[in-house]
Amino acid sequence: MAEPARAKPKPTPETQHFWDGTRAGELRLQRCDDCAHVYFPPRPFCPSCGCRKVSVFKASGKAKLYSYVINHRPAAPGFTPPYAIAVVELDEGPRMMSNILDCPQTPEALELDMKLEVAFEQLDDAITLPQFRPAKG
Amino acid sequence: MRRNQVAVVGAAETTELGIIPHMSQLQLHADAALNAMADCGLKPSDIDGVATAVETPQQIAHYLGITPSWVDGTSVGGCSFMLHVRHAAAAIEAGLCKTVLITHAESGKSMIGKQPRSTPADSLNGQFEAPFGVYGPPSMFPIPVLRYMKTHGITHEQIAMVAVVQREWAAKNPRATMKKPITVEDVLNSKMIAYPFRILQCCLVTDGGGALILTSAERAKDFPTKPVYILGTGESVETPMVSQMQTFDSSRAFRTAGPTAFREAGIAHKDVDHLMIYDAFAHLPLYGLGDLGFMPHEETGPFIAAGHTRPGGKLPLNTNGGGLSYMHSGMYGMYALQESVRQMRGIAPAQVPGAKISVCHGVGGMFAASGTIIFTNET
Repeated sequence: MAEPARAKPKPTPETQHFWDGTRAGELRLQRCDDCAHVYFPPRPFCPSCGCRKVSVFKASGKAKLYSYVINHRPAAPGFTPPYAIAVVELDEGPRMMSNILDCPQTPEALELDMKLEVAFEQLDDAITLPQFRPAKG
Repeated sequence: MRRNQVAVVGAAETTELGIIPHMSQLQLHADAALNAMADCGLKPSDIDGVATAVETPQQIAHYLGITPSWVDGTSVGGCSFMLHVRHAAAAIEAGLCKTVLITHAESGKSMIGKQPRSTPADSLNGQFEAPFGVYGPPSMFPIPVLRYMKTHGITHEQIAMVAVVQREWAAKNPRATMKKPITVEDVLNSKMIAYPFRILQCCLVTDGGGALILTSAERAKDFPTKPVYILGTGESVETPMVSQMQTFDSSRAFRTAGPTAFREAGIAHKDVDHLMIYDAFAHLPLYGLGDLGFMPHEETGPFIAAGHTRPGGKLPLNTNGGGLSYMHSGMYGMYALQESVRQMRGIAPAQVPGAKISVCHGVGGMFAASGTIIFTNET
């Protein structure tokens, strides 16, 4: 039996723009045209006011580390433990799950509120994941 | 909902708890249900309402030979049974049915007749959480805890004490899976699962089940068991994605369900004699104490570390040993309810002397859902 493969996202009509964005090297968020609320995950209406008029925009890619675990066991298929599973808070407000690249996966190196920047990890031709790494400078 | 209009008259767990490889999940439901019916002298033909989670009400009704005129298949994770109690109480009070059976069972360890949980790749969880290496509750449920600790000044040692204290309760309970005393050092040196949590801060994985039977308070007087009345109830859901919780230093679902139940019951926190807070992982009692309004979150860790929730303490908490030491089949809420009922009947292995009010608070998913039931043995 083949090794189980790493979990890979399958876009829906409502999320396709997000995955098109990561493939193009952009982190795309949505903003309500009516109340200006910025939100994630993607959907074609504002979860704050219910307005259907929303716009997609390119986020700054700046974030900070909100919280995390360092997973030891059991490890997900395709991951080598220990690895951090983090939630980052984007400068624009929304939070998203991420791994922390280019950083020791230790409590000492992973300091809450540390500054992060987006990095893109290509899984295949269709899917590129948004990831984060410590901000340079 | 009006207070004390509905009572639990039947309550039982499966005959065995722990590792039960000779029974399917469906039969575990039936074993618990038959035990609960025997507890209060009823037959399947006496039941006209059925509620269950994961398995469907039709599955349970058919297997047990029940013809229900009311069903509830609410399935929001481990606190589903708290929501069933709330919905059943409302249904009985509204006259939709007279006698409700609520069942839970899970072949969590042996996996007999149980579908593995899965996350579709095109779901929101499948797109925005699964690709980052989450793999089962231990990799997800503790994600908020480092933020909770930083915001509220809670220490690793204080959270380790949750496991230590619950093991003290478990030692008094012959049916508890883990009874050997442990220390804070034992907890902090045990096998790392997902930093900051180690194995002694994660729930057990076992097989078992439980069932409750509810009827009107008026009819409850005719049953052989001591009635346990429903004094207050609350419920809520937040998000299926732990990453999308409103904040990590508190649970919105807890803050909605808990205070709703307290308002409905018309009681103050000082009136609470006994407390159950679903502990799939060691941080949950801290969130519960804070979000249910027992104390500010900053005081939850010191409160537990000071021993106030241990045997003989002023707020007995998780007196069966909890999901950490008693048992955890995957959806533990039913066992928390069973312990509250035992405490209100006065028959718990670690009985709180003279307890009159018990608060039972559950969580579903990774802070995704919540249900709170307040019981009393007085009218």
